[in-house]
Amino acid sequence: MQVQSMHFKARSGQKLADQRLQANLRKLSTKWVAGRAAAIAELDDFEATRDDAVQRRSRALANLDIWLERFEQEATRRGTTVLWAETPAEASKLVVAIARRHQVRKVTKSKSMVSEEMALNRALEAAGIQPVETDLGEYILQINNNEPPSHIVAPVLHKDKDEVSDLFAKVHQKPRLTEVNQMTREAREVLRPHFLSADMGVSGGNFVIAETGSVALFTNEGNEGMCTIVPRVHVAVTGIEKVLPTLEDLAMVARLLPRSATGQSISNYFSILTGTRAAGELDGPEHHYVILVDGGRSGLIGGDFEAMLRCIRCGACMNHCPVYQKVGGHAYGWVYPGPMGSVLTPAYVGVEKTLDLPQAATLCGECHVVCPMKIPLPDLLRKLRERQFERGLRPLGERLGLAAWGFLARRPSLYRLSTRAASQVLRWYAGAKAHLRHVPGAGAWTEHRDLPAPRGKPFSVQWAQRKSTGHSPR
Amino acid sequence: MEQRINQTDTASTAQSGARRSNEPTLGLESTTSPLASLRVALFYTCLVDMMRPEIAFASVRLLEDAGCKVEVPLAQTCCGQPGFNAGDQHVARDLALQWLGMFESFDYVVVPSGSCAGMVRKHYSELFRHDPDLRVRMQRLTERTWELSSFLVDVCGMQKPPGNFRGEITYHDACSGLRELGVQAQPRQLLNHMPDLTIKEMQDSRACCGFGGSFSVKYGAISASIADEKIAQIQQTGTKCVVMGDLGCMLHLEGRLRRCGDEQTRVMHVAEVLVGDYQQAAGTTAASRGEG
Repeated sequence: MQVQSMHFKARSGQKLADQRLQANLRKLSTKWVAGRAAAIAELDDFEATRDDAVQRRSRALANLDIWLERFEQEATRRGTTVLWAETPAEASKLVVAIARRHQVRKVTKSKSMVSEEMALNRALEAAGIQPVETDLGEYILQINNNEPPSHIVAPVLHKDKDEVSDLFAKVHQKPRLTEVNQMTREAREVLRPHFLSADMGVSGGNFVIAETGSVALFTNEGNEGMCTIVPRVHVAVTGIEKVLPTLEDLAMVARLLPRSATGQSISNYFSILTGTRAAGELDGPEHHYVILVDGGRSGLIGGDFEAMLRCIRCGACMNHCPVYQKVGGHAYGWVYPGPMGSVLTPAYVGVEKTLDLPQAATLCGECHVVCPMKIPLPDLLRKLRERQFERGLRPLGERLGLAAWGFLARRPSLYRLSTRAASQVLRWYAGAKAHLRHVPGAGAWTEHRDLPAPRGKPFSVQWAQRKSTGHSPR
Repeated sequence: MEQRINQTDTASTAQSGARRSNEPTLGLESTTSPLASLRVALFYTCLVDMMRPEIAFASVRLLEDAGCKVEVPLAQTCCGQPGFNAGDQHVARDLALQWLGMFESFDYVVVPSGSCAGMVRKHYSELFRHDPDLRVRMQRLTERTWELSSFLVDVCGMQKPPGNFRGEITYHDACSGLRELGVQAQPRQLLNHMPDLTIKEMQDSRACCGFGGSFSVKYGAISASIADEKIAQIQQTGTKCVVMGDLGCMLHLEGRLRRCGDEQTRVMHVAEVLVGDYQQAAGTTAASRGEG
């Protein structure tokens, strides 16, 4: 997927002005945040569960190569073909090659963010193969001119029911529906023949399990089974970091993923897919592939951002992020939005193409608080800011301002003088007013808010005066 | 610089070694507490110094009322957070060292700001991760560094604040104090002991106000729009006063309130509220702003 993150500022401005989007995003702070809180509360000991799950994920990552090889062995033993892709583009080529080998003309797709990294639909179309998104949210986006998802769990979060009603009426060429049930039924009726006629299904993989060679999937709509079991060929694409050593590890992480993501104790469907259809079995694919994508992940191993590899893509960080809640996912300009995206995007596509992302955070810390994998997202964002600063990628004005401030702050007497002068100027400028609407040189502040005027001389000046005149410093 | 710090270090190690045995016990009542024998420094913070000096006076007043002997080193500048968050580790380390030189000889350092105290407590040590000696010294000092309301409650054992404040307020949990230091119950505990004050909680007092330091100027439109959510919640409580413990958030919210035409809602620091009448008697209100 093309990186558009350099347009963050312009895009976020548009998003803020979009009243409809603002109303749609409100369900994050109301519904989603409360949903997670309630689901977390069901656990006897959330903190202990979280610690345990973090440990399990860390154990897998500490010996990632070994667990991946084990996965490959076990999966191969059960008839699965495991393929490796260094880049998302390579992964796309592999999928196309598999489709060609099996004379595939139509592919049904279950939701997968890695396939967004791969821009898979475009690659399939270019090869003359029809991709059909079957997750309801992804389907809505596909029939809306291949709009990208705005959230990693709820891809169509930015739209409301009315927008979908209009879209369905237009694309399906049927009377406009207003009830969600009716609309879902209509989508099902469109999708059903695709499910039955597709030659190949593509899914993501929430996790792959080393000890059994399985792919684990958490979904809610039942479309996943129609993509992974019904067609002759099933291809799962996922990142190399998604390996878990054992089914027990999976069981532990499974206690956290749906709760953190959608506030569910468990997702409506939870599949563990292992190998191809064996003799005598009634269902399952004849051919099963797992493509493990690197796409920049191995570059994080052993470095400052390794903790990011623990991410289980629940979306809690964005649901709770004050910035994401205001600008939505599209402003971030690539596959992964919100705090986790602001760390992953620079790591995967380059620091210089994503200058806004680590900066566009208040560092409020709520993402770290809610992350089921305890990823220190604010620290990682700050580390990215360090990279930008060290490489001289910040604008000149910002660097000069910082240098001037640093120069003064290192010199206490000069600092006091300048504080005194600044206070005096501001108070003179304010006159009798308590608030300033405009301050020359501080337009970035006063464009959006008044500047309260200093209330009297600086404390350091008053304190020194009172001390020297022997007045009680009250 | 290095030499001076080493000197102070020797002095403080000797002191703290002797002192360890008579560390104040938690939950003590004030006045004759062992706190009187301890040296407590006020790190008043750069923003309070320039914008709201009365907060520093209120802090001194509260600490004295809790039985502390307060000293105010005037060579202090900034904790370095703006540089640290901008990615300039170098300036952050320099200012941390400057800070260490200034405060190492004190028993406690108290800060009327959750974010500056958070900077010191959570980040100073890691700035010196490659220098074990300095890291240990930093750690020792940062463990003695407290956000004001938590110091009053957790260390001084203050029950009832000295002031009186009449009316309803709502409390905003500023992010760094809340998430880096766990300051949440302490200010409420103190405020609840003021007989004429009622706390009316807003829907989500933990939500960020959108200030975020340089974020507020780099992404002003987003920042203001997050503030508007907070303001709506404040106004929904029906109170005319929002209280918090961080000046950055205060200036941002007050500025946005006024810009949106709300001239009524007062934005107050928890220290100002806790000293209540005293502050009004001292006359350090907006009226004295014009002087000097």
